[in-house]
Amino acid sequence: MNLTLKIWRQKNANDKGKMVDYKISDVSPDMSFLEMLDVLNEQLINSGDEPVAFDHDCREGICGMCSLYINGEAHGPDRGVTTCQLHMRMFKDGDTIYIEPFRAKAFPVIKDLVVDRSAFDRIQHAGGFISVNTSGNTIDANAIPVNKEDADEAFSAATCIGCGACVASCKNSSAMLFVGAKVSQFALLPQGKVEATDRVLNMVKQMDDEGFGNCTNTGACEVECPKGISLENIARMNREYLTASLKG
Amino acid sequence: MSGILNSSIGRKFAMALSALFLMVFLLQHFSINILSVLSPDTFNDVSHFMGTFWVIQYLLQPVLIIGVIFHFVMGFVLEIKNNKARQISYAKNNGGANSTWMSRNMIWSGGFILVFMIIHFIDFWIPELNTKFVVGDMSGLVDPNNIESGYRYHEELVHKFVPIWRVALYCVGFIFLALHLLHGFNSSFQSVGANNKYTKGLKGFSKIYAIGIPLGFIFIALFHHFNH
Repeated sequence: MNLTLKIWRQKNANDKGKMVDYKISDVSPDMSFLEMLDVLNEQLINSGDEPVAFDHDCREGICGMCSLYINGEAHGPDRGVTTCQLHMRMFKDGDTIYIEPFRAKAFPVIKDLVVDRSAFDRIQHAGGFISVNTSGNTIDANAIPVNKEDADEAFSAATCIGCGACVASCKNSSAMLFVGAKVSQFALLPQGKVEATDRVLNMVKQMDDEGFGNCTNTGACEVECPKGISLENIARMNREYLTASLKG
Repeated sequence: MSGILNSSIGRKFAMALSALFLMVFLLQHFSINILSVLSPDTFNDVSHFMGTFWVIQYLLQPVLIIGVIFHFVMGFVLEIKNNKARQISYAKNNGGANSTWMSRNMIWSGGFILVFMIIHFIDFWIPELNTKFVVGDMSGLVDPNNIESGYRYHEELVHKFVPIWRVALYCVGFIFLALHLLHGFNSSFQSVGANNKYTKGLKGFSKIYAIGIPLGFIFIALFHHFNH
């Protein structure tokens, strides 16, 4: 496959940045998208140019690092995958592919296609945990009965890898699917109910302070989420938040 | 509780509540207007009651006006805030791949509805206020000095839909209303936290409401135009 790549290049956080065109040839349809970028970078290095900076870690679809906006969609045109799981067979010979970083005020670009998603970490620090006595008296979590349906939903919410595709896809750069999943995974379980009120209030406050936009229920986040996190988690967070506001 | 409207979810909740309130009003408005087709006399009686009963005029009408203003102002405020959350746009964005046109363009459909409502107020509401509170005629009669002349409401309504340009304008307004409701109805339930096993049924009902009510208003306008 011969492709034209239009890639966002930005030297550092303060640089204005621009789209730059690259030609790449002999791309195998079996390559992953990141492997294709590896080949491009090899070409750039061999010709004395600066390679394209992009994030990656596990390359197995679980780390959530490969935050690329490809041809107008987070993680590209495939469904239920991260960029490392996106294969070049999704494109045609002669295609022009736009590759951009995830865009949001709360996700500033560090360099080229690498964005700073530490806003998600700060939201987690604000309440995405349970307080457990680990001094040796910890009760085995399996000893506490949990409704099967709740356990399944909590597990489903917990599969969120915090990749930020929800923010990138949302026209408002809203982080509500991420925060909704993190609130839900605890709110559904007995261990999480103890700190439920403070958790949702603190996490939503941190989300707002970080500068994410408001959800207008377009559902783009749910479609683009590589882990299929459901909009039900946002509705649950709304309920939790409104109940907590009345209590608090 | 005091700071709830300062939070993103609180504003979203308030927006949804005002939307639900306006959708109930819209249903009530349609229920009365369709009487103008089914039974002009009943339409006249109900219109006179609505226009003169003090609970409706001085309690419910101000609440409605506040609800309308709140919904529009909050809609524009949220749009401005949301635009600030992404300062650099994508060079290529394929929004159609993951969301409906209606959901992405609520500000535009809402903006057109606002223009339509201003025209609607100029056509009906302001002349009504003028008759009742400036002229001082609370009788609701075609000729205030002749009780035999009958109520004026049906006659005035039919008269408004004689010019084809106004009928066309109202049809366009109702199309934008349908587009707005196609996303807004379900969205308001999601915002108040109602996404559960009943959601599927609600989605079906929302489509019937979002298309049926505006279509009904279009039918009323066309009916009066062709039967005046």
